[in-house]
Amino acid sequence: MGCVRVIPCLDVNNGCVVKGVGFQNLKEKGDPLLFARSYEEQGADELVFLDVGATVESRKMTLKLLEEISSEIFIPLTAGGGISSEEDMRSVLRAGADKVSLCSAALRDPELIRRGARAFGSQCIVISIDARKAGERWHACTHGGKQDTGIDAIDWGKRCRELGAGEILLNSIDRDGTQTGYDLELTRAMSQAVDIPVIASGGAGTVEQLLDGLQQGQADAVLLASLLHEGRLTVKEIKDYFREKGVDVRC
Amino acid sequence: MVGIIDYGAGNLYSVRKALRYLGMDSIFISRAEELDEVRALILPGVGAFGEAAHRLEIAGLKRPLQRWIDEGRPFLGICLGMQLLGESSEESATGRGFSLVRKSCVKIEGPRRIHMGWNRVDFQDDPLFQNIPRKKAYFYFVHGYALPADTEGAIALSEYGTPFAAAFRIGKAYGVQFHPEKSGKNGLILLKNWRQSWDV
Repeated sequence: MGCVRVIPCLDVNNGCVVKGVGFQNLKEKGDPLLFARSYEEQGADELVFLDVGATVESRKMTLKLLEEISSEIFIPLTAGGGISSEEDMRSVLRAGADKVSLCSAALRDPELIRRGARAFGSQCIVISIDARKAGERWHACTHGGKQDTGIDAIDWGKRCRELGAGEILLNSIDRDGTQTGYDLELTRAMSQAVDIPVIASGGAGTVEQLLDGLQQGQADAVLLASLLHEGRLTVKEIKDYFREKGVDVRC
Repeated sequence: MVGIIDYGAGNLYSVRKALRYLGMDSIFISRAEELDEVRALILPGVGAFGEAAHRLEIAGLKRPLQRWIDEGRPFLGICLGMQLLGESSEESATGRGFSLVRKSCVKIEGPRRIHMGWNRVDFQDDPLFQNIPRKKAYFYFVHGYALPADTEGAIALSEYGTPFAAAFRIGKAYGVQFHPEKSGKNGLILLKNWRQSWDV
C-alpha cells in the first residue's frame, strides 16, 4: 500500500547546514554533502534542502550543492527557499532537484502554483505551509514565520491542491525546534482536508512522537532536522521502530 | 550511447545523472535524425498521457519511435514512458500509445489522489531485477494511472489500492512504472541490468 517516508531536511545557508529554534538563532552545523551521504546510507527516503538565506550568493551555493549531491545520491531531492518564479524552479530542477518547495511566493502569487504545475507537473510542486496557532485554527505565515498573513492554513492547503500542488509540507511554527511533538490537530486537519500527501514537520523529539504524527496526525511522511543533525536519532533507528510498530517503511 | 527522449515532459537530468554515475553516456533526443546516434532509448515522462502522445507527434518522434519499438531494439519506458507503450489511458480521451501491449492504463484508486513514494515491488525472475534482494525490493513511484496487473509480459507487480503492472518486458523493450533513477541502489542496479539486456 505504499511506505511512509522519513525525510531529513537540511536548512542551508551559504552552503552550510544550519538549524535554529523557532526559526531564530541559526547555528552552523556542517557540510551538507556529508549529511546527505550519511542520511542516504542510513535509508532516508528523500532529502529536502531549504536555502534559508535565499540571497543571491546563498542561492548560487545551493545550486552548486544540488549539482554535487544529485550526481551521487539517487533518491528524490526537494529544493526550496526564495523560489518565486518559473525561472527559479527551472534552475533548481536543472541543478538536480526533483521537486521545488514554495512558501511565501505562493502566498503572494497563488497562480505561481498553477503555472509551475503546468510547466513541470504537479508531482514537482511542494507547498510549504508555515502554520501558527490562531485561536482554534491556524494561520499561514511567511518570512520564516515572522509575518502572519491572516489566511487560514487549512483553507490555504485546499486552495493549493486545487491550483495543482502535489504535496504539502506542513510546518508548525509553534512547535518548530521544541521537540515536544508535532501539532497533531493541525496535521490531522490538513491531512483530512486534502487528497495529496502531507509531510509533517516541526516539533518531533522522539520516535514515539514521530509515530504519532503518522498515526494520529495521519501524515504520509515525516520531516526531521535537528534530531538527526545532532545525532540523537538515526534514520535507521526511526525506521526500525516504525517497522516494529507495524508501519511499512522501505528497507 | 543512450538516447533520452526529450519532448518537454519530465525531468531528464536525473535520468542522465544516474546513467553517468554508471558510466553510460547519453544524449537528449528531440528530433528523429538524432536517433541514428544511439543504441538504446529511454522514454521518460511525467504528466498526462494524451498531452505526451500529442507532444511526441508534433516533435515528429511518434513514427520513428514506433518503428524502433516494432523492430525490437533496446528500449526503456519510465513512468508515463511505460504507460505510453500501452494503447491508451483512462486519463485522456484522445491520444494513442505505441500499443506494444494491448492494454489501456487505468486509474489507481489508493488513499491519496496519486501514488507518490516508495512501494514494494513483487518481481518475477527476469534479468532486469537480477541482484536486487526480493525482501528489499522497494522503488520510488509518482503516478496516478498505470497499466493493469494482467498486462502481457508483466514481470513485476505492485499495489496501491489497485494492483498494477510495475514492470513488463516484450523482447528488448522494458517498461517500469517506478523511477529507477530515484530509487537509490535498487534503481542503479536495475539500470545496470538494463544495459546488459541490450546484448542478449
